[in-house]
Amino acid sequence: MAKGRIVVNELYCKGCELCTSVCPKDLIQIAVDRFTPKGYHPAELVDPEGACTGCAICSIICPDAAITVYRWVPADKVKIKV
Amino acid sequence: MTNKELVESLIYTKPEGLTSAVTHYCPGCTHGIAHRLLAEVIDEMGVREETIGIAPVGCAVFAYDYFNMDFAEAAHGRAPAMATGLKRVSPDKVVFTYQGDGDLASIGAGEILHAAGRGENITVIFINNAIYGMTGGQMAPTTLPGQRTTSTPLGRDVEMHGFPLRMCEILSQLDGAVYVVRRSLHNVANIRKAKKAIRQAFEVQRQGLGFSMVELLSSCPTNWGMSAAEALNWIEEHMLPAYPLGDYKVSPAISKHGGN
Ligand SMILES: Cc1ncc(C[n+]2csc(CCOP(=O)(O)OP(=O)(O)O)c2C)c(N)n1
Ligand code: SF4
Ligand code: SF4
Repeated sequence: MAKGRIVVNELYCKGCELCTSVCPKDLIQIAVDRFTPKGYHPAELVDPEGACTGCAICSIICPDAAITVYRWVPADKVKIKV
Repeated sequence: MTNKELVESLIYTKPEGLTSAVTHYCPGCTHGIAHRLLAEVIDEMGVREETIGIAPVGCAVFAYDYFNMDFAEAAHGRAPAMATGLKRVSPDKVVFTYQGDGDLASIGAGEILHAAGRGENITVIFINNAIYGMTGGQMAPTTLPGQRTTSTPLGRDVEMHGFPLRMCEILSQLDGAVYVVRRSLHNVANIRKAKKAIRQAFEVQRQGLGFSMVELLSSCPTNWGMSAAEALNWIEEHMLPAYPLGDYKVSPAISKHGGN
């Protein structure tokens, strides 16, 4: 299984929770302990077991382009398009 | 020899076709998804320097601040008229309008009808969220029968307020329209299909074939009074039956673009 991770840019995230509802592994949560500069609770990846596959489904639904997705891929296949 | 060594690579990040601005759209509003898809398509086609967008009046009124490309702002409903002028004086540019259902289907009904009828070689991105978002959730021409809005608090009564306008069905009847399709932004699979349609519409324009429009069923969580996720479900349950997805006009002249 491919390995990946996401980074949520808290400048753009509005805490709409759409990404949390589409992650097939249920790895995204809303961080209720802090606020973004705009005053929202941001989404964050909670993935202690490294289960994120970098499938990018969360980034496809995010209305604010707040999610950057990385995936470990063989060096000869680095040009992957979502 | 192929190199199987694993490297961490970038799969997705905010497209260059969007500026670094934080949008004023409400959390979870699908205007943001539509903006992203447009920017991705324009980046992938490599036409950002040649593209001119036209912003509407409505929640997308500040779209010119969010797209990293040339933009003009039209008076309410007049984007197709402005697009007509821009495209006719600069036929090498890629010209698109971005319009809500109040902008396109009520005050701008005349402009869109005639732009399509004339077969203007422009692309229209039509955001159908069944309501006037910016002004506080009044009934739009696309509001569903029975739907509560601030101006139809008891629900849209077709006896009193008339029936919804189905713009794809109407515009596809016109000979000047060559690519008229309806897609939806309510889930990932449909967002992917919407992106392909936007790409196709721009390819149609690049091939000089005539008028293209992609209608996108969209959400307005704020004025519908729902969470972002509930609003996406509402599109699926209530809007899809009233506004069937599909290709309403694909002129035989359109040759499928490769890839994507
Ligand atoms: C000439 C004129 N008439 C009326 C208005 C008020 N007005 C502003 S936005 C709008 C409708 C917006 O609805 P829609 O096009 O569906 O876009 P949304 O906000 O839902 O994205 C209206 C009637 C205006 N700005 N100018
Ligand atoms: S979809 Fe985007 S804006 Fe919404 S909570 Fe997730 S990261 Fe934040
Ligand atoms: S009012 Fe509705 S259409 Fe306007 S930004 Fe908010 S959710 Fe989007």
